[in-house]
Amino acid sequence: MAFKTIVEDGIDVLVVGAGLGGTGAAFEARYWGKNKKIVVAEKANIDRSGAVAQGLYAINCYMGTRWGENNPEDHVRYARIDLMGMVREDLLFDMARHVDSTVHQFEEWGLPLMRNPKTGSYQREGRWQIMIHGESYKPIVAEAAKKSADKVYNRVCVTHLLMDEAKENRIAGAVGFNVRTGNYHVFKSKTVVVGAGGASNIFKPRSVGEGAGRVWYAPWSSGSAYGLLINAGAKMTQMENRIVLARFKDGYGPVGAYFLHLKTYTQNGLGEEYESKWFPDLQKMVGKEYLDPEASHRTHRPIPTCLRNHAFISEVNAGRGPIHMVTMEAFQDPHLEEVGWENFLGMTVGQAVLWAATDVDPKYQNPELTTSEPYVMGSHATGCGAWCSGPEDVSPPEYFWGYNRMMSVEGLFGAGDAVGGTPHAFSSGSFTEGRLSAKAACKYIDDGKAEDIVVSDKQINDRKAEIYKPLEHYKIFRNEITAGTVNPNYINPRQGLDRLQKLMDEYGGGVTVNYMTNEKLLNIGLKKLKILEEDLEKVAAENIHELLRAWELKHRHRTSECVLQHTLFRKETRWPGYYYRGDALKLDDENWHVLTVSRRDPATGEYTMEKAPCYHLVGKDEE
Amino acid sequence: MPTFVYMTRCDGCGMCVDICPSDIMHIDTTVRRAYNIEPNMCWECYSCVKACPHQAIDARGYADFAPLGHSLRVLREEEKGTIAWRIKFRNGTEKNFLSPITTKPWGQAIPKLADESEPSPTMRDSQLLFSEPKYIRLDDGDLHTLESNGLTMKEGVYY
Ligand SMILES: Cc1cc2nc3c(=O)[nH]c(=O)nc-3n(C[C@H](O)[C@H](O)[C@H](O)COP(=O)(O)OP(=O)(O)OC[C@H]3O[C@@H](n4cnc5c(N)ncnc54)[C@H](O)[C@@H]3O)c2cc1C
Ligand code: SF4
Ligand code: SF4
Repeated sequence: MAFKTIVEDGIDVLVVGAGLGGTGAAFEARYWGKNKKIVVAEKANIDRSGAVAQGLYAINCYMGTRWGENNPEDHVRYARIDLMGMVREDLLFDMARHVDSTVHQFEEWGLPLMRNPKTGSYQREGRWQIMIHGESYKPIVAEAAKKSADKVYNRVCVTHLLMDEAKENRIAGAVGFNVRTGNYHVFKSKTVVVGAGGASNIFKPRSVGEGAGRVWYAPWSSGSAYGLLINAGAKMTQMENRIVLARFKDGYGPVGAYFLHLKTYTQNGLGEEYESKWFPDLQKMVGKEYLDPEASHRTHRPIPTCLRNHAFISEVNAGRGPIHMVTMEAFQDPHLEEVGWENFLGMTVGQAVLWAATDVDPKYQNPELTTSEPYVMGSHATGCGAWCSGPEDVSPPEYFWGYNRMMSVEGLFGAGDAVGGTPHAFSSGSFTEGRLSAKAACKYIDDGKAEDIVVSDKQINDRKAEIYKPLEHYKIFRNEITAGTVNPNYINPRQGLDRLQKLMDEYGGGVTVNYMTNEKLLNIGLKKLKILEEDLEKVAAENIHELLRAWELKHRHRTSECVLQHTLFRKETRWPGYYYRGDALKLDDENWHVLTVSRRDPATGEYTMEKAPCYHLVGKDEE
Repeated sequence: MPTFVYMTRCDGCGMCVDICPSDIMHIDTTVRRAYNIEPNMCWECYSCVKACPHQAIDARGYADFAPLGHSLRVLREEEKGTIAWRIKFRNGTEKNFLSPITTKPWGQAIPKLADESEPSPTMRDSQLLFSEPKYIRLDDGDLHTLESNGLTMKEGVYY
């Protein structure tokens, strides 16, 4: 095929995926690497790419130490209890102690942060969230990245990382193709910061047909961060920790501002409060340490997100659905009504459209909620991602190997959803992690760790052949049939995606099985994924757009495999409401108060699973 | 609501093609105008709607759950720094909203870090990022550490 090969050589910091994490990395890298070559490779257009493409109405991670509101360790304790104990507290502490400086910069750059007219401080939505007019959040951070980077390659889908052939387990860049021209792009780089975001569309979505793009996390969140890293042999952590969200039905409109600022609340179909009646049973499953409603009532200790989901799911299964959000009281206040609507227009426009289409005016009618299909990501109330080093002044030896946010592959860094064990970073925390990894990447180069990297033409040519194989495959077999999409020699990317979603749903604990799985089901799921992998060698792409979908599918497939491996390994139900291991329905701190770590051997495809110790931040008075 | 394009308004300029994060706004080779090639991969993010210079793109709620007869229009004006929304319900109810999108002239307040002074070796060896510690608290306070906050990292089960 007549695609050109375009080589960008001599890069110091290559940013793969410029969402919130990637733009943070590209921006900050220039400060620490004045003369370094900084390049961005992004599959869309960085002005509107990633999870924040349509904007946000809140910054969900801001300490407010400036206003005396919180210390970093308060946020760590909050994230710890919300995630049932399983977090990387060194990484979280580090993110939290820097995140305010990111937010203060955003305000200086022109992002409209709302202020509390009485106190002058930022308008709080909840203890950690501040309210913004964030329609242009993404264009603003993109501007910052563009000012720092030497070059931004928009519309380049990165498919593989390049590995150094002189030193084992060291990064050497990345390759991909241009989604418009089809050209092959080779980026030879001393370091790579992966910010390619989380994964939607892995589990079968509730929406069907035309609405299948209406997923909570963006449909373009293709699990590329995970696919790229796992294939390069990077260790992953907490990949079983997929997230389920309670959201407005069908549109998946956000509920944060509704619960926290508008003070709306939920009811079952009979108009009753239902949540608390599930707590005694839940306490038997997870222990009082993780669910203590009285303590939560007295303090700021949250009821973990997954446990609230559990109450929701159980109430619906008991036949007392639907669950409603009681908006009719709050919406009588015109100011709160405006906040309620703008909250959607600022980050999930589709929910506003749906209410307009169905004549739902929350002032006169309490809208329905639902629990979503599971998502794999690492910056919301979940911590899937790569196993990364922490900062040297915080991390214990097991968590530290030289450079902040460096993965188990040398020279490979990450930010946002790519980094594991760091829930509740959200947009601001992801940008901050990008900044941290950029500084560390520059230091790694300055320390002479990236000398004499070798990438052979063979590696480059092999990858090229691999990338275009779906186009070739289509060309070879298309004319065997008259017309249409049914072919005995190939499947197209949509057919492959449908198969992936169905099997993940049924064997991995999706919505149609009420988030339930067990060892037997997981093993069947893994077998079916292996066979799907064989068929993905025969995925066919009719054009370059389908080639993009083919590679997104391959990344989603690899992510799914890792999710099932981790789910199989952790023999307990740590997060009821996210998923259930039917054969181990209780939380088991004796054996499983640990972080799970996997590595897939790129040569054999075999996974090795380990338990890593879970370190906690402990105050003097708690010792 | 997946997007669709009005035949009489679109001039095929390609702005929507350039911006769509899902790569689904393409130019039809016959009519030489844009259309949504893959509605079931549309997030209804409105990036293309906001970018179209001729207001040629609209959205119609997903067929599997949204009845017909509604509309949601938007006008984003970068120079004015505002975004205006108009929501029309199926039953005719109308709601309008106007929000700021920036507080500064576009892009000018973002520093060009290549022009900042070189960080000192001590700054490089510290845990600080650009503009820290000042920007953390906007006073003279320093970065939080385990020591400053009286903390240790301990293995074991703590809640
Ligand atoms: C509906 C919704 C509401 C939210 N609400 C809030 C909120 O109120 N407040 C808040 O702070 N946070 C909120 N978040 C969370 C926030 O958006 C994420 O935490 C954050 O964007 C994660 O950053 P990231 O850089 O990891 O991923 P992203 O921002 O998604 O960036 C990933 C980037 O990688 C690119 N990419 C992917 N694959 C490839 C590839 N193969 N090659 C090249 N590039 C690739 C993508 O195009 C994208 O630009 C919300 C998210 C959603 C979806
Ligand atoms: S609404 Fe968003 S996803 Fe849909 S076509 Fe427009 S830009 Fe693309
Ligand atoms: S931006 Fe508007 S006018 Fe330009 S091609 Fe797209 S729909 Fe047509």
